[in-house]
Amino acid sequence: MRRIINWHPSRAGAFMLGAVPFILLIVLYLIFSDLRLAANPNDKLLPAPGRIWDTIVRLAMVEDRRSGAILLWRDTGASLMRLFIGLAAATLAGLCVGIATGLIPYMRSTFGPLIAIVSMVPPMAVLPILFIVLGLGEVAKIVLIIIGVAPFLMRDLAIRVSELPRAQLVKAQTLAASSWQIVLRVVLPQIMPRLIDGVRLSLGPAWLFLIAAEAIAATEGLGYRIFLVRRYLAMDVILPYVVWITLLAFAMDYLLRLLKRIICPWASDGASRR
Amino acid sequence: MSAVTIRNVAKLYDGVPVLRDINIAVDAGEFCTVVGASGCGKSTFLRMLLSEERPSSGEIRIDGEPVAPEPGPDRGVVYQRYSVFPHLTVLQNVMLGPGFLRAPFMARLFGAKARALRKEAMQYLDAVGLAAVCDQYPAALSGGMQQRLAIAQALIMRPKLLLLDEPFGALDPGTRKDMHELLRRLWRDSGMTVFMVTHDLQEGFSLGTRVLVFDKPPLSDASAARGATITYDLQLKRRPSADAIWGPAHFKEIQENVQG
Ligand SMILES: Nc1ncnc2c1ncn2[C@@H]1O[C@H](COP(=O)(O)OP(=O)(O)OP(=O)(O)O)[C@@H](O)[C@H]1O
Ligand SMILES: [Mg+2]
Repeated sequence: MRRIINWHPSRAGAFMLGAVPFILLIVLYLIFSDLRLAANPNDKLLPAPGRIWDTIVRLAMVEDRRSGAILLWRDTGASLMRLFIGLAAATLAGLCVGIATGLIPYMRSTFGPLIAIVSMVPPMAVLPILFIVLGLGEVAKIVLIIIGVAPFLMRDLAIRVSELPRAQLVKAQTLAASSWQIVLRVVLPQIMPRLIDGVRLSLGPAWLFLIAAEAIAATEGLGYRIFLVRRYLAMDVILPYVVWITLLAFAMDYLLRLLKRIICPWASDGASRR
Repeated sequence: MSAVTIRNVAKLYDGVPVLRDINIAVDAGEFCTVVGASGCGKSTFLRMLLSEERPSSGEIRIDGEPVAPEPGPDRGVVYQRYSVFPHLTVLQNVMLGPGFLRAPFMARLFGAKARALRKEAMQYLDAVGLAAVCDQYPAALSGGMQQRLAIAQALIMRPKLLLLDEPFGALDPGTRKDMHELLRRLWRDSGMTVFMVTHDLQEGFSLGTRVLVFDKPPLSDASAARGATITYDLQLKRRPSADAIWGPAHFKEIQENVQG
């Protein structure tokens, strides 16, 4: 009898195994939805697939009577805009601060303690301050994402930079490199993989902060819609929105993984890296 | 005038002496090998020549001038590991240094200048036998090939001084022999001054024109805490070759001294 850790499924087998939990979840949903609707045809908790489909069609293809816009696309556009601006700003800040504090001793001494403390502030606790200071508009929501994500990226990158072998930095100096040239040709390319991984890990928190901010004060956005229709127990809206948000997050993660493989070809199959 | 003059250099780490009373003068074009027991301060000695560390006392002069306070292109280095950049191809690794020198802001050349540099770099890769793999990443190279690359990368800067810290320590004996041939040829062609740390006495004697033996005083000695110094400074008469230059008896004596 071989040990269980040595049993490997085939490629097709792995794919099918992966599909099983999804199918099970769908079947379970269908069964319980059917049971509840049989008991009470007006039950809203687990709407029938047909009902959900009708709602999707209405949200994604028909103009809203009041606003004249197609709701799903308008919400998606608003949310993605906030998310992208927030993540881009956080990434840039993480990159600049991470490299500076990781590479330059004086910067590390000056800003290291501050970053270590600030990154412990729970971003949601700061949200009221943001709304008070920045108003209820777009800026407060974007800043919340930045506050939530940037400190992690700064610290993660600073660690990666300080982990670069000391010998590499000395070597670069014997090749006549200035500090700036070291950043450009030695440090930046080598922390790119970690930066992309850091952003991937930050996608979850970024969505969390976005939806939280939208739930509290917004007039459009995926999170706003979910919390708006919650009052009417409109599960036929909430469920497709949740699935849609999940798909968006998954796609972004996938694209980042792809990006990493394209711009850091040495990192993906370089077997002997440590 | 000597290429390297070291006067009364001592090095302490946290008050503990590692090296003391280092006094040597090395002429341009000498090939000094540095041998000694593990932990006796050979790498520390090299790091001071490189300005990676400062002597606690004494002074180091290069061509009569006090050595620069930080590493620079006049002194090239090859370590046992981490000598090449994993994110650059073989060719890019060699083109890196001249790119730093000639393009202060972008740190790389473009167009005709880049083509000229590529040609120059390929000559160096040819010299170390890596022209065929110029577009590979270092991770795809064997240990010996990576060290060849590190040497080419250092040589293209035409350093006055080449410092090698156990460069072949991780290589198998066959590869090591090839590397000896290569290094000896490159050293003769370039006329630069070389310091090479090695664990291997045989290697030290067959490659160097001068062997510096570092050693600590015996443990029983009252000065045991005073750190290692150069106990033998052997000027080899002939230009080095694979033939033994020293009689077996003498070799044995030093071997016992170093490892005892
Ligand atoms: N940065 C440092 N801080 C404190 N002690 C150090 C430092 N670097 C080296 N030492 C100590 O100095 C001594 C000499 O170290 P060094 O690396 O120069 O020896 P070595 O001769 O190169 O040894 P090996 O043959 O193992 O490479 C060792 O005892 C080491 O512990
Ligand atoms: Mg050493």
